[in-house]
Amino acid sequence: MPQVKLTVNGKPATAEVEARTLLVEMLRENLHLTGTHVGCDTSQCGACVVKIDGKSVKSCTMLAVQANGSEVTTIEGLAAADGTLHPMQEMFREHHGLQCGFCTPGMVMSAIDLVESHPEGLTEQQIREELEGNICRCTGYHNIVKAIAAAWPLMHGRELPQAAE
Amino acid sequence: MNDTTLPHIVKGGIGASPKRVEDRRFLSGRGHYTDDINRPGQTYAVFKRSDVAHGVIRSIDTSAARAMPGVVAIFTGDDIAKAGIGGVPCGWQIHSKDGSPMVEPPHPVLAQGKVRYVGDAVAMVIAETVDQAKDAAEALVIDIDPLPAVSNMIAATAEGAALVHDDAKGNVCFDWHIGDKDAVDAAFAKAHKVATIDLVNNRLVPNPIEPRAAIGDFDQSTGEHTLYTTSQNPHVIRLLMGAFVLQIPEHKLRVVAPDVGGGFGAKIFHYIEEAAVTWAAAQVNRPVKWTCERSESFITDAHGRDHITHAELALAEDGAFLGLRVKTMANLGAYLSTFAPSVPTYLSATLLAGVYTTPAIYSEVKAIFTNTVPVDAYRGAGRPETTFLLERLVDVAAKTMGMDRVAIRRRNFIPADAYPYQTPVALQYDSGNHEATLARCMELADWSGFEARRAESAKRGKLRGIGMSTYLEACGIAPSAVAGALGARAGLYEVANVKVHPTGSVTLYTGTHSHGQGHETTFAQLVADQLGVPFEQVEIVHGDTSKIPFGMGTYGSRSLAVGGSAIVKAVDKIIAKSKKIAAHLMEASVDDIEFKDGKFTVAGTDKSKAFGEIALTAYVPHNYPHEELEPGLDETAFYDPKNFTFPGGCHICEVEVDPDTGVVNLLNFTAVDDIGRVINPMIVHGQVHGGVAQGIGQALLEHAVYDETGQLLSGSLMDYTMPRADNLVNIHVGTESTMCTHNPLGAKGVGEVGAIGSPPAVINAVVDALRDYGVTHIDMPATPQKIWSIINAATPRMAAE
Repeated sequence: MPQVKLTVNGKPATAEVEARTLLVEMLRENLHLTGTHVGCDTSQCGACVVKIDGKSVKSCTMLAVQANGSEVTTIEGLAAADGTLHPMQEMFREHHGLQCGFCTPGMVMSAIDLVESHPEGLTEQQIREELEGNICRCTGYHNIVKAIAAAWPLMHGRELPQAAE
Repeated sequence: MNDTTLPHIVKGGIGASPKRVEDRRFLSGRGHYTDDINRPGQTYAVFKRSDVAHGVIRSIDTSAARAMPGVVAIFTGDDIAKAGIGGVPCGWQIHSKDGSPMVEPPHPVLAQGKVRYVGDAVAMVIAETVDQAKDAAEALVIDIDPLPAVSNMIAATAEGAALVHDDAKGNVCFDWHIGDKDAVDAAFAKAHKVATIDLVNNRLVPNPIEPRAAIGDFDQSTGEHTLYTTSQNPHVIRLLMGAFVLQIPEHKLRVVAPDVGGGFGAKIFHYIEEAAVTWAAAQVNRPVKWTCERSESFITDAHGRDHITHAELALAEDGAFLGLRVKTMANLGAYLSTFAPSVPTYLSATLLAGVYTTPAIYSEVKAIFTNTVPVDAYRGAGRPETTFLLERLVDVAAKTMGMDRVAIRRRNFIPADAYPYQTPVALQYDSGNHEATLARCMELADWSGFEARRAESAKRGKLRGIGMSTYLEACGIAPSAVAGALGARAGLYEVANVKVHPTGSVTLYTGTHSHGQGHETTFAQLVADQLGVPFEQVEIVHGDTSKIPFGMGTYGSRSLAVGGSAIVKAVDKIIAKSKKIAAHLMEASVDDIEFKDGKFTVAGTDKSKAFGEIALTAYVPHNYPHEELEPGLDETAFYDPKNFTFPGGCHICEVEVDPDTGVVNLLNFTAVDDIGRVINPMIVHGQVHGGVAQGIGQALLEHAVYDETGQLLSGSLMDYTMPRADNLVNIHVGTESTMCTHNPLGAKGVGEVGAIGSPPAVINAVVDALRDYGVTHIDMPATPQKIWSIINAATPRMAAE
């Protein structure tokens, strides 16, 4: 079986997996990082989103072997060593952006990429459109959208520009 | 606001919005869901399922599959039958008009003789890995002779239709009615006008984002079976599976429902996979794990709604509702799911009075078997169906009478001073104020400014519409005696066990279950408030039959109204015992002990003992009234509700339709609900947001579609339109509460109001937007295709004028 070497949340991680093993399966089953979830089988729900070499990726769309040599960040790797939550995690908590918690890891990972990739600012409509790839059945997205908008200034260290809508 | 705060409930925790206790673990990837659990020596199960909707199983050849790598065992319906394993039971029995019991065909754990829907489990393959089990399942040689299938109720009730179950003639499970037929006939005889509607309540797939999963584990040394499962009610699963399917006594069966990723009803029911893995684990002497895939959940999780209804409303000259006549067909799918028979009957037709004084109501319900996935409760369960019917019919009635939609509602509202109000369909509402929720919602939604906005939209070539729904529902299910008389085969009380530890911290064991509702926070607020201890000192435990005395779980918005009341009752017992301890310590009479803000005082003196001192004394009873009291501070309460609770309110939706594309653009949604006492406003608003999102989903997007052969066409998240962030808008939420009069909290329940109140508000808005096209009704979901067709088929009166 192929051996896959990754750096996961800053630490080296190795596993022998079948060629058909998905990255999300390796994370969950071999590395016991069960924070990354599987909510569908058509790459629609986004519960499995992780960061690979700085980009958010649905880890159910990628074979583990394809990720060989990559740096992977999962939900478990977001908080600081002392337990301080990432601003996005903190804003989800502050704004009640989660209920059952199952879509949450993927939602938070996507939200971080969304804010990072829009240093120019984000409108509510943009946030809604760019969340297309993540499904939440509990919250109606209302508080998720609020949480993401609230995390933007914390992550960019300045006020969210008021876009002309 | 009619505040009937009970004297023993002190202010503090209640009404505040502390951030949720559970969030830190969910946000850090440390949630503990069923699929996160792995047992030593675990094997993996895969179910081979029927790909035809109806057929006779001629043979299942397992020999090639058994020879595949890693295969541990393969079981079929024959093995289940040989082992004497019963079918999964139905928890509610309905009797037909003629007094005969519903037809109740067995629902075997693995199909025996026949398959009855696409997804019916034919065999279970157990292997060392999931992939090996899947590979072996593919190697099974299954010979099924297809039979004609009935994939919808029209086909199932047609002359000569194929029978899903031979003993259900005409595919009818029961033919039930409620109300006074003669009184309704008399009302229609004197009607000034009659408003009529024919509608379909679209079939939905609940789709909690966590797929179902189950792990069976058997301890050979103790003979104890453990089932880890994605359930909203582990004790109910233990009861149903232990007593009816596997004949395992409760003391040898533990059911654990850890963190559960959303339920919405779909995880109430006892599913065959739970029994299969529990049984199989003891057969192979190793843990057996099954995790559902999304495509599999589409064809195995119980679906929701799927009613066809004809309704008529008799109206007096002044717009008063004189009588309501309703005829419904309800799709049950291929087998009776756990609570399926209650949904179109007692959870639905009993709400036909809604918020109106309609004096005579008669409803008939025919429940139909089809070759589709079983249908059961989905968020709201029966009440969204009734609300959609009523609130659409009231709009049609306004049009029939030439009356304003708000005026006709006000003309027929049950007045606030008429409570308690006995409806003609069994229920007695305890409290409500429909004018208050209506007025507040109209104000928040700027109803009076609508025509100006409509004119503005028209200038841009867009069709703007506004719609409302003034609704009432019943939850907090239910007084056991009443539920039993109506056919429930279980009690519907709730249980709380409050353990005060020696140092004064508290663990609450609740028989309800949280799968997103935030019980760990709300219940901690409740206990903290009542005992006057810090919120952080209260731990909430749920979801494990080995820890919690008993419980009925969470559904029907019952956790706070029923489970919370059990908590209040258990804490009351703690306080009563603590008072005796305090009286002993302070050498006073118990009658003179007062308890407030976590302190016991002797009335009229400055003597006091903190709650923590009493707790310590209870466990270190050196100076203790031993002749009168046992040591310890640990109390359990069972609370059986005295009535249903009746949340309600007003929802207003504003839309804009693009006549060129038929696309409905949601502009504004306002919900003002009367849910009784609010413990945590943040959580309450979140519950309403989520419920409304599901209601908007039903109204505009979602539909489980079967073709005529019984194949589910909308069988994946690529085909079934789940609401996504850009399909929705911010939802304006308000509460305007009257207190429930018969439980100690005054709480009515909030879990379902959003999903119940919202669909008719959306469709009423869409119909209003199309008012110039002569449209009186659009079935859900109001897709662009439907609307475009309406616009293009009709010659707009607007243009003709």
